[in-house]
Amino acid sequence: MTQAATIPHSDDLPAKGYDPHVARGMLAFMRPYRRPILISLVLMLAGSAASVAGPYLVKVALDSGLAAGSKQVLARTAVLYLVAALVQWAAIYLRVRLMARVGTSIIYDLRARLFGHLQELSLNFYSRYSVGRVITRVINDVGVLREFITWALLAVVRDLFTLVGIVAAMLAMNVRLTLLAFLVLPLMGLVTVIFRLQSQRNYRAVREAISWVNSVLAENINAVRVVQAFSRQKHNYERFRDEVNRNNLVTNLRAARLSSMFFPSIDLLASLAMALVVWLGGAAVLGERITPGVLVAFVLYIERFFEPIRDLSRRYDAFQATMAGGERILALLQAEPEVIDPPQAVEMPPLRGQVDFDGVWYHYPDDERPVLEDVSLRVSAGETVALVGRTGAGKSTLVRLVARMHDPTAGRILIDGVDIRSVRQQSLRSQMGIVLQDPFLFAGSVRENIRFGRLGASDGEIEAAAQAVGAHEFILRLRAGYDSPVEEGGVILSVGQRQLISFARALLADPRILILDEATSSVDTQTEQLIQRALARLLRGRTAFVIAHRLSTVVHADRIVVLEGGRIIEQGAHAELLARRGLYHRLYTSGFEDALTP
Amino acid sequence: MRSLRRLLPFLIPYRRVVLASLLALLALTAVDLVLPLILRQVIDRGLAGSSTRFLLLSAGAILGLGVAHALLAFGQRYASEWVSHRVSFDLRNRLFDHIQHLSFTFHDHTQSGQLISRCIEDVRSIQSFTGQGVIELVQVILLLVGVVTILFVEDPGLAPIALAPMVPLVWITTRFGRRVSGLFLAVDNALGELSARLQENVSGVQVVRAFAREAHEIERFDRTNRSLYTARLTVLGAWARIMPTSNLLVILGTILVLWFGGQRVLQGEMTVGELVAFNSYLLLLANPATQLPWLVDVAGEAAAGLQRTAEILDRLPEIRSPEDAIELPRLRGLVEFRNASFHYQGEKAHALRDIDLVVEPNQVVALIGPTGSGKSSLVHLIPRFYDVTQGAVLVDGLDVRRLELTSLRRQIGIVLQTSLLFSASMHDNIAFGSPGATLEEVQAAARVAQADDFIRAMPQGYDTQVGERGVTLSGGQRQRVAIARALLMNPRILILDDSTASVDMETERLIQRALASLMEGRTTFVIAQRLSTVRRADLILVMDDGRIVERGTHAALLHQGGLYRQIYDLQLRDQERLTDELAGLASQEVPGGRERADEFDQPG
Repeated sequence: MTQAATIPHSDDLPAKGYDPHVARGMLAFMRPYRRPILISLVLMLAGSAASVAGPYLVKVALDSGLAAGSKQVLARTAVLYLVAALVQWAAIYLRVRLMARVGTSIIYDLRARLFGHLQELSLNFYSRYSVGRVITRVINDVGVLREFITWALLAVVRDLFTLVGIVAAMLAMNVRLTLLAFLVLPLMGLVTVIFRLQSQRNYRAVREAISWVNSVLAENINAVRVVQAFSRQKHNYERFRDEVNRNNLVTNLRAARLSSMFFPSIDLLASLAMALVVWLGGAAVLGERITPGVLVAFVLYIERFFEPIRDLSRRYDAFQATMAGGERILALLQAEPEVIDPPQAVEMPPLRGQVDFDGVWYHYPDDERPVLEDVSLRVSAGETVALVGRTGAGKSTLVRLVARMHDPTAGRILIDGVDIRSVRQQSLRSQMGIVLQDPFLFAGSVRENIRFGRLGASDGEIEAAAQAVGAHEFILRLRAGYDSPVEEGGVILSVGQRQLISFARALLADPRILILDEATSSVDTQTEQLIQRALARLLRGRTAFVIAHRLSTVVHADRIVVLEGGRIIEQGAHAELLARRGLYHRLYTSGFEDALTP
Repeated sequence: MRSLRRLLPFLIPYRRVVLASLLALLALTAVDLVLPLILRQVIDRGLAGSSTRFLLLSAGAILGLGVAHALLAFGQRYASEWVSHRVSFDLRNRLFDHIQHLSFTFHDHTQSGQLISRCIEDVRSIQSFTGQGVIELVQVILLLVGVVTILFVEDPGLAPIALAPMVPLVWITTRFGRRVSGLFLAVDNALGELSARLQENVSGVQVVRAFAREAHEIERFDRTNRSLYTARLTVLGAWARIMPTSNLLVILGTILVLWFGGQRVLQGEMTVGELVAFNSYLLLLANPATQLPWLVDVAGEAAAGLQRTAEILDRLPEIRSPEDAIELPRLRGLVEFRNASFHYQGEKAHALRDIDLVVEPNQVVALIGPTGSGKSSLVHLIPRFYDVTQGAVLVDGLDVRRLELTSLRRQIGIVLQTSLLFSASMHDNIAFGSPGATLEEVQAAARVAQADDFIRAMPQGYDTQVGERGVTLSGGQRQRVAIARALLMNPRILILDDSTASVDMETERLIQRALASLMEGRTTFVIAQRLSTVRRADLILVMDDGRIVERGTHAALLHQGGLYRQIYDLQLRDQERLTDELAGLASQEVPGGRERADEFDQPG
């Protein structure tokens, strides 16, 4: 019951195994590091050469040293061997260090870029893209890329080199025997294709299964208090075990069966090739068309030929994961911010606070229906305007446009006569204060959270702000006062207390324009009373937009603007609007009917 | 590394398969050792003896061995994979169930992201070690022991020299093993912090934008990103050192054999053939020696994972049914607090102090007081979300700590301010507390909770999915579903948070009606925000700083002129003034409104 009845299908899965566009994008990330990558490649070749030299030196020691009875040659080869071993050590050590630095640096860059990009994307993006998905992109997908660069990239190159080298050596020795051995290649091709198709399917299924486990787990842990309150532990456990987790087990076992089958079948084909070479090649030796030495060499080469193939197949999963991750990372990086500063943007001068809506229309990018229709409104500097209306009337959209979190689809918004699209967002928003319905606190102390409003504020100013909104007393009663941590696992704050902290934060910012989006609705009535008084002081001399459902918050406004279906249908003072008996009157009479009829 | 022992209990149920996999591995090794013998025969006898028949036989044997190898390799791999996935299945189940039972106090102090990563990432790293990792570790150890034995049997004089480099190898590897878990822990912590930063930034995106703090956030993220970079490079640096070193030490062994053995050959004490054989045995160590650090690495990650999962599994739920728990019969609904005090774990201040209270069955109790005065803490003690630190809470005269927990909580309905729904159908969400409920019962509850209309208007009605992949409900709709959920349970005791945040007035009226029908005939505790609720209560508790400072009915408390009077004057009267004003305007629409308001006004 705590989980969807069916497996969620994820849109986060790769469309195809290899996509040249994605591969190009990935290569672009590596471009700044092409020098170290090239050096690593050289080091890898040097290391391989040194390792190949080893057996040869042993042979020399045996043949020329011991057989010839020369202690000198023995000593010389032993020293050479030691040198080769040290070269090999150094080559591997340097290569791994270098590639580790490359891989780690690339993902450091990439994460920084992604994060920077996320700071520019508009709010509409976030309404489509859940927090979990953003985290998967920046943490998991980028992590997969690192693994691939650090470990797999060079190995793939080496495997390809080895394959080409072996084939060349075999062809040079004997073309007919080579072709004979490669009779098994079409079979191997077939096995690989089947395996790849199946494995792509399994990879998807495994990812889907674990993401189902993940989402059910997350839901259960986040709602653990509700689960316990309704004593649902047993039921939820059974569902988790018998459906979600079992599905994960079955899917993984199916994938494991396939991958367990693949390597043995490649080995079997290797045996087949070897048997062919021994049988027919042996006959050739008997017919004296080739020497026994060539046959022995062939047998050894066949064994070696399949090693890189096995290795490449092992890397196929990593490769697939990297492609899929890369595709999603690129898609995120290519998402365009909706609100951007024009190149000639200027600094917003210090605000007086007059706001003009001039025939403003707005609709969301994925929905043609207008949220705001032809809104024109002039708010004088220092005026407090309350916005009232049903859920979905467009109140929140209207105030967000003032802070330029979206741009109007038609019309314009002027502050002090300046079109806000012509100034830098940073310079505009830093002169505004916004308090939202959901009081969001960052991990850190209470003090740091208030200081977020103005980074340069002193401790004294912070406490003064807290005092002004009536938060000082409860903060002092917390475990460590202003230094109490507020993150998950820190001190326990009620919604009202969190809201008070966010008020202090806004107060500290000392904005010319203040926006309160249902900010007082979660505060209990007594606390609200405190805030009302603090706000009355705060609002004085500032332009303010207040969205509220509570009558007590609305009545003190200089002007009340009533929205319905994206249009302004009434405006005026409280008494005027009540007397008019329009929507405002209807909203509040229906709201208080219960107060009148218990 | 010691925590790897904790894996054993999970492996025991599958010991037969583990053993079979191990035997298959041994057989596989044997098969693979036969192949070189055949090849040697082919070269020595077949080619020299000029027999095509022998060649054909040999080719057949190679193919036969190939088939045997393939079967054994498949069996071995699949068996070990099977075990590893079974173990992770069992482990995830255990974790899931255990986390569900851990008490509120635990969850208050634990980040949910941490718990999720234990169940996903840590179990994954344990899985990749279990099965293949364990098997390979055993294989490597067997091979090491085998080769060392053979070397000593072959040449007791040369063996210690050849094996001398193994001593530092073992030393380095164990040291690496000890270090690597710590290094991985550092990486995991840095990664965890990075995702926490990110999660916070994305969740708080509106605040970041509102205060134009993007640059500040980027700087904070960069700090964590950089520390992850350093932690990761430290791990990889350790790797870069150990990986080639083990290889070097094996080669060093060969060189020593060549030098000392070679001299003995030159002195005629040993043949070249013996030296070559000795050396080829020594080379058998090359593979396992280079594999060892990798295995230690995987084992280290698994050990870190086991350690972290153990931290959860070893935590006993602080709140659970006692051994001799009493199954609670159908409650009458009497609730008592006897000198109850409570403080949250790790907090210095008391959340509740010396609460003495008797609530008769079917009474409605309204709690009122400033934020943080202890209203929520008080009601949370009744379903035993927390235990009192002093005194007792009783229902129908029984201490809640003596009761079977489920039988207690099943009779208490809760509607919270933020109503959490689950990704499931509307039907399942309403039947959350009563899994067996029929559609009729669910609909009846929804009707009373004023939720039936909007549910029917949805595309699939009661089968409509809620949540991330389904429809999104507004705050008011969610709250009504939560009310239906509580109604369907038909609880004897009801706990309500009355604050209907962020809904318009029409919706609020619907919710108030739904709440009113929910409260009928039950002992109700309501954290009150509204005048209408407070007035309706049989008993009003005024709370301040963890104490009940006043109690009584609306009229009596107003008369008393204490804190309640103050609250009333400050704000409830404000509501009332507006009520009057509206009543005047709406008197035609709401007949009788004026009288009610008068009656209400009387004590003042």
